[in-house]
Amino acid sequence: MSRIVLLVGTRKGCFLLESDEDRRDWSVRGPFCDSWPIYHAVYDPGAGRMYAAAASEWHGAGVWRSGDLGETWELSSEGFAYADGDLKLSKVSGLTAAHGRLLAGAEAAGVFESRDGGETWSLLSTLDGQPGRPDWNDPANQPPGHLGLPAILPHPDEPSRFWAVVQGFGIFETTDDGASWTPRNRGLRADWPIENPEVGYCVHKLVMSPVDPDRLYQQNHCGMHRSDDGGRAWMEITEGLPTDFGFAAAAHPHDRDSFYVIPLDGGHGRCMPEGHAAVWRSRDAGATWRQLDRGLPQRDAYLGVLREGLAIDALDVPGLYFGSSTGQVFASADEGESWSEIASYLPGISSVEVAVLD
Amino acid sequence: MARLHLPATLPPLFSDLPRRLEVEAATVDEAIGRLDQRWPGLRDRLCEPGPVLRPHINVYVDREPAALDTALGDDSRVDVIAAISGG
Repeated sequence: MSRIVLLVGTRKGCFLLESDEDRRDWSVRGPFCDSWPIYHAVYDPGAGRMYAAAASEWHGAGVWRSGDLGETWELSSEGFAYADGDLKLSKVSGLTAAHGRLLAGAEAAGVFESRDGGETWSLLSTLDGQPGRPDWNDPANQPPGHLGLPAILPHPDEPSRFWAVVQGFGIFETTDDGASWTPRNRGLRADWPIENPEVGYCVHKLVMSPVDPDRLYQQNHCGMHRSDDGGRAWMEITEGLPTDFGFAAAAHPHDRDSFYVIPLDGGHGRCMPEGHAAVWRSRDAGATWRQLDRGLPQRDAYLGVLREGLAIDALDVPGLYFGSSTGQVFASADEGESWSEIASYLPGISSVEVAVLD
Repeated sequence: MARLHLPATLPPLFSDLPRRLEVEAATVDEAIGRLDQRWPGLRDRLCEPGPVLRPHINVYVDREPAALDTALGDDSRVDVIAAISGG
């Protein structure tokens, strides 16, 4: 029987939640990574290793790694640096394990790779020459936090092809391992003036259907969007959702037309609308939406869920999991039809990923 | 020999690193370099490219605020402090 392990990144370390295939009873281990703030924790099934991207206000940014399913962890930041004196590396966030290597997105915006299991890292690209690059690296343009590159989406069959998200500017695709890039934002909505229509979009989460790499979905600052051609063109599919804002999204592992989002109020709130917790699902590529809230708190639940806060496993009947910025983890073993709270008092949650271990 | 006092957040990151130790060094930078030789990666936890001390790492030599180029005497006390912050 398989073990199901959730990797939960929080403001105070990484936690591991474990269950069997029934996904009913869960145990909690942690905090790991010496309670450093964790922005994204992932499992690499090829190498059997766990990784957690972290940034300490005191000791800088790096990636923790564990080769024994969380029993022991080591930190490395070797190679996380920019030669360009104008760029400062303040955070490592989005981790991706694919094709025998790790990719990490960083702030200031850059892509780093590791080919030795996270022991050392090297800079792959800072998207030189792309439209918007001088602006996203201009200190005068930084919001609270700073603009970075928080997510990388690999192509499942083409090792040199992946998509990177630059905060506030949009998606860029490379097919030659970062040597060159193409903006992939055509058709996106922006509720602000755009000087160059190629860039200037606030992409919060980009996901790909595991059964069709041309089918992409994204939740951005103003709406849900879908692409049927690998990001070359986008169409908006927000209609039917309670808000156009949100961070998290997940694609169904077996059905290209099914995916999940967690709409939030925009503005300062950024919580589930009207204190009613819900995940929303479309089974028809965004034409219609259904609210899934059975077992979730129906009132006074002002939960926020961040970019990496929603995960889905690949079992025959997929399980869904989300973690809140107030430290609760909710799980569904039936594709979102019903939910239960499986952890209640964790630190604020940045990320949830799921691993199925045989 | 300068006497170093390190913050509690460092020893969990490096095997057998004590909170208090003595090193032979002429400057703060040299002292950190000696530690980095023994515990590779330690410099990155205290310094940024430049190199300069990280913004929330403070160093005092004989109770006076110091920088990487501050000179150390034969019996200097070096306190490395992780700034009080957060919650």
